[in-house]
Amino acid sequence: MSTRIVELRQGILKKNDQLARALRERFGAAGVLVLNLVSSPGTGKTSFLEITLRELRAQGARTAVLVGDLETDNDARRLARSGVPVKQVNTHGICHLDAEMVGRNLDVWEGLALADLDYLFIENVGNLVCPSSYDLGERIRVAMLSVTEGEDKPLKYPTLFNSADIAVITKIDLAAACEFNRELALGNLEAIRPGIRVFETSAKTGAGMEEWLRFLTSQQAGTMQS
Amino acid sequence: MHELSMAASIVEAVTESVAAYPGARVRQVRLRVGVLSAVVEDSLRFCWEIVTEGSALAGSELVVTVLPVVVHCASCNALSEVEYFGGLRCPRCGEPAGDVRQGRELEIESIEIEEAGEMEDAVASQTHRAGSRFPGGIEERV
Repeated sequence: MSTRIVELRQGILKKNDQLARALRERFGAAGVLVLNLVSSPGTGKTSFLEITLRELRAQGARTAVLVGDLETDNDARRLARSGVPVKQVNTHGICHLDAEMVGRNLDVWEGLALADLDYLFIENVGNLVCPSSYDLGERIRVAMLSVTEGEDKPLKYPTLFNSADIAVITKIDLAAACEFNRELALGNLEAIRPGIRVFETSAKTGAGMEEWLRFLTSQQAGTMQS
Repeated sequence: MHELSMAASIVEAVTESVAAYPGARVRQVRLRVGVLSAVVEDSLRFCWEIVTEGSALAGSELVVTVLPVVVHCASCNALSEVEYFGGLRCPRCGEPAGDVRQGRELEIESIEIEEAGEMEDAVASQTHRAGSRFPGGIEERV
């Protein structure tokens, strides 16, 4: 009997990271801009996406959505009304999407060719903790919070907000009713992710959506160049 | 909540690595986990026994080194440890500092294994000298 120390120095999520890297290359080669939307349940990811899809479609952009939930295809059915291809991924209890799930679902998605797309939105499982560790190969990670959740969300879930590329505040039409302190919320986002760009939106009134869509268009143009 | 998936990933990675040592048991797994990695040590321990059951890692000890957040400040060029709950600010000059240099780690540092017997041990040592059997960046110290 003898014991020995074997040094591994490898990432716990090495497999996921490798798969995500391969996906990112695939997305880049296909010229599709991929966004990973992360928030708590009830922030309004689906409503926000509905408007986004409708507007992008009106502009002639080709879009698809992969939507993760523990169970049900309610969100997929809602999003499908926008007339774009939608695929529901049920994780059956797993609290996040991972790169393997994304890759597998893209592979079995009949009639979908990445090269024909301008945008692919991945609506992650509603959860502000676990999705932060899993790279899905996205170009842009979007952390979302609604005015009804409180200004301190970024401070309570710093890991996720710190890993995000941009932030979206939803339901700003309810800001006054919730006594939402905008300066405080923006300050908290800035504290956790200095320099983060923030979009303040309402799916109900359409506020902020124009700026968001302009941002998407400019990012998609960048995808084409690279 | 996702510590179960994490634990399963650790078991998978370690199982692959110990395949080079037939019959070996894993006694200890050492991890480096950054404060920003969103992994809760207690939750990881909680599911460790279940996840390792029936594998070469059964009965192994999990040793977790928690790494604080270190940021680089663009204003004063300092590298400092920060208490991240209050936000990422340089403790020296007070400016926002989002350039995280440490704290996102989520890695298996090393494992301690007990080899099956002298025969295997001899084979493993020879293989080690030949230096070809250990894939991708695995170093070894006896």
